[in-house]
Amino acid sequence: MVRAVTSFGRSGLSDWLLQRVTAVILVAYFLCIGASLLGGVSYAEWKSMFEGTAMRIFTLLAVLSLAAHAWIGMWSVGTDYLTERLMGKTGNVLRLAYQIGCGLVIFVYVIWTIQILWG
Amino acid sequence: MVPNVKDNRPVNLDIGTMRLPITAWASITHRASGVLLFVGMAVLLWLLDVSLHSAESFASLSDCLDNVFAKLVIWAVVSGLIYHTLAGIKHLIMDFGIGETMEGGVLGARIVIALSVVLIIIAGAWIW
Repeated sequence: MVRAVTSFGRSGLSDWLLQRVTAVILVAYFLCIGASLLGGVSYAEWKSMFEGTAMRIFTLLAVLSLAAHAWIGMWSVGTDYLTERLMGKTGNVLRLAYQIGCGLVIFVYVIWTIQILWG
Repeated sequence: MVPNVKDNRPVNLDIGTMRLPITAWASITHRASGVLLFVGMAVLLWLLDVSLHSAESFASLSDCLDNVFAKLVIWAVVSGLIYHTLAGIKHLIMDFGIGETMEGGVLGARIVIALSVVLIIIAGAWIW
């Protein structure tokens, strides 16, 4: 059995709710980006769009939502397939390594976004 | 003691021997597209980074995106985004208790797959 010690909110219900709230934020963000790209953009338009405070806050909100959403999603996949039941003891080691890897990638995504916005 | 009838039932948990229903395929694809997006996010962030860096890098990115391989990568990520979003919206609708029956689940999966195919083709046409 895999206990939920590595879940995002330490509770299934909290993860369930967060997964949905962050999903809605991400859909809104990608629709916003998609709408601005649809007709094609010039560098000046694109640049000024990301210089506005509102867009920067929205982008930061989106990447933080992504961090939680991706952790919960990758956790769900990892704890289903990289398990002791399916792979024996190596499953536990692999899952831990996988989760550390996911965490590192998410961390890089967040810092990278901050650097793109304010670097 | 009366034997527990459940213990005597045949068990087949080898998923490879079963024909998966459309709902299972919709669910597996939702997961797979999520993992694809987790990796694809690096591509999207790289695009954002290069596009905002300078007018020159923005122009070089436009040239780079004329490449067929680059277009394919973008199309793959956008396709993942389309499917994952639609399947996610289906989840949200089901959270409100709509389409939770077997028939509802099958119909929902069909709608998500059909809409995704249409939108993915449109996205491909837009990218090219």
